[in-house]
Order: sequence, then structure tokens, then C-alpha cells
Amino acid sequence: MTESAALRRPASSADLFVSFTWLALQGFGGVLAVAQRVLCDDKRWVTKEEFLELLAVGQVLPGPNVCNLALMIGDRFFGWRGAFAALGGMMAVPLVIVMALAVLYVEFAANPFVAGALRGMGAVAAGLIVGTALKLAPALLHNPMGVPTCAAFGAATFVLVALLRYPLVWVLPGVGAAACTVAWLRIRSKAVAEGAPPADMS
Amino acid sequence: MTLSPEASTWLVVFGHFLVLSLLAVGGAISVAPEMHRLMVGQLGLLTDAQFNASIAIAQAAPGPNVLFVAVMGYQAGGWMGATATLLGIMLPSTTLAYAAARWGHARAHWRGVQAFKAGMTPITIALLLVTGWILTVDTPGVAHFAVTALAAILVWHTRIHMLWMILAGAVVGVLGWV
Repeated sequence: MTESAALRRPASSADLFVSFTWLALQGFGGVLAVAQRVLCDDKRWVTKEEFLELLAVGQVLPGPNVCNLALMIGDRFFGWRGAFAALGGMMAVPLVIVMALAVLYVEFAANPFVAGALRGMGAVAAGLIVGTALKLAPALLHNPMGVPTCAAFGAATFVLVALLRYPLVWVLPGVGAAACTVAWLRIRSKAVAEGAPPADMS
Repeated sequence: MTLSPEASTWLVVFGHFLVLSLLAVGGAISVAPEMHRLMVGQLGLLTDAQFNASIAIAQAAPGPNVLFVAVMGYQAGGWMGATATLLGIMLPSTTLAYAAARWGHARAHWRGVQAFKAGMTPITIALLLVTGWILTVDTPGVAHFAVTALAAILVWHTRIHMLWMILAGAVVGVLGWV
């Protein structure tokens, strides 16, 4: 965790609100890629590892991942006020914009230039998400399961959801329970090897 | 006190969305088929075209994709509709996320919590790749794929601002290259 030495904190709840507003406004076709870059690289509020862990929690729980993520990061710094500020920043101004677009859309939806621009932006947005996944992948080097096991669970998830199109509601608990069990066993055997008291079964 | 028929309709919608919120693993878009069944089929508040437009508009706009739910509510019933759908979809999931994050953070040293994080992180990365994959294969074309691949490499290895990349994508699209 060499990164953690350089970590910073948001100045205030207002800082959280403004930062998340700006971050959300850059997120066309999904906020996740921008969130990773702004929060880990630019602001340095969380490490890649922490970002990935919070995202994992956000994905397992129902609801929009990036909103869950904003809420959890805000709460970590300033409690419920921070959670409100971060989530509010993520949603308030984008909500105004999306409503304005809803009015315009009816007029311009059939325009071939608009349709083309949206198609091109969609192609880039897909790439942003893939690139973010590749950037976060090195965080798995510290994973107690080891890289080959991580790769196996990742590959299983990809095949089941992307290729076989099984619903996430089944894949996530299924593969997730298996992965968490393996992780639990590896962490325990490591603790035993290091001579931790066996009473710590939590 | 009696409610007007309109207000009671929105209470029904609000109640349904409260339940859908807790089923929306993977984001609100994963329960879009259920929303369609309710809003278009059962209650007849929206047409098919309005429903699809709601999703398209939110994808074109900056910000979280969940905002499509507000557009849907607005198209069906103005501000009252937007409030019912957006509050309904957000309240339960955010409350749960807040409680879960606090619970987990306070017990970060527990072996079970550590195992959960270690077990779920490879799956989380895989799901990001899945999202990119699905967005790409659903729109065929070599040029489309090339734009996606280039954007992925640029995000991975450079610090070029993402707005420039999105803008370049829009330009390429307007020129009809993808």
C-alpha cells in the first residue's frame, strides 16, 4: 500500500458535493470510469484497492453502483452529511440536465447527426469501462486468493453473464459465495500459518 | 381523507418502485423489464416509444444512468410522476447501502468481511468487462469495435481527459464512421 501515504481528504461536505457534481457531469454513458480516475488519480481520496472494495459492495447490493459508491465514500469522510453531499452532488445537476434533454429529445431523436453522435459516444463509453477494469486489475495482485484463483472466478463470471447471459441476480450470489468461501479459507490458513490465535473465528 | 385517482396511481407506482429498488442488483437498468411491465403494460401510463426514449435520453446525458427512472416518471405524469419513480427507486437501496457500508467498515478486521472483499473484487472487475462487452457486441461493426478498443487503451495507459474522448466519439459518429 505505497499509495496510502499520499492519500488526501475532501475539505468539507461542500467540497464533496462540488467534486461529485463535476465528476458526474463528465460521465457520459456511465460515471464509473470518471469516478475511478477522479477519486483515485486526481483527488487521491481512496486507493485503487479501496475503490475496488467499495465498488464490490456497491455491486452486490441493489441499486445504482455509482450512487452506492458516492454514498459510501461520502459517509467515510463526513458521516451522513458527507453521504448526502456526495450522493446529492452525483444526482442533482445531472437530474436537471436529463430533464432538459427529455424535452429536447422529442424534437431531435430522428435527426441522423444526433443519432450518429450518440452511437459514437456509446462506443467510447464502452471503451472507458473496459479501460477502467484493466486499470483496476493490478489491485488483485494483493488479493489473498492469489492471481490464478482470481482469474478463474473472473473468467467464470464473464462467461456466465456476458456469453451465456445468465441473470446477475443468480450469478452474483452463486459465484460470489464460492469466491468468498475460498477467500475465507485462504485467509484462515494464512492466519494459522502465521500463528494467529485460533480463537479468532470472526 | 380521500386521495384523488391520480395521487393514488402514483402511490401505487411509488410502492412498486420501492420493491424494485431492493431487487435492482446490477443497477436500476436490471429491473427495467419489470418497470416496463408495470408502467406500459399494467397501468398504461407510458407508450413503448416513451419507455425506450427514457433510457436513451439518460444514456446520452451525463450522470448516473439511474436518472432514466426520473425521465420515465416525468413523461408519465410530470413532476409528481418523476418524484414517485425516482424516490421509490433510490430510497430503499441507498438506505441499505448506507447501513451495510457502516456495518462493514466497523468490522473491517473480521475475517468474514475481509473474505467478502477478497472474494468479490475479481468478480467486480469481471462485471466491468461484461458491461463493456455487452455494449460492444450489441452494436456490430469493425469501426465501432475499434473506437471502443482505442478508448479502452487510452484510459488504461494515458491521462487524456475523458471528455475529449467522448467528444471524439461524437464527432466520429456524426461523420458516420461508426
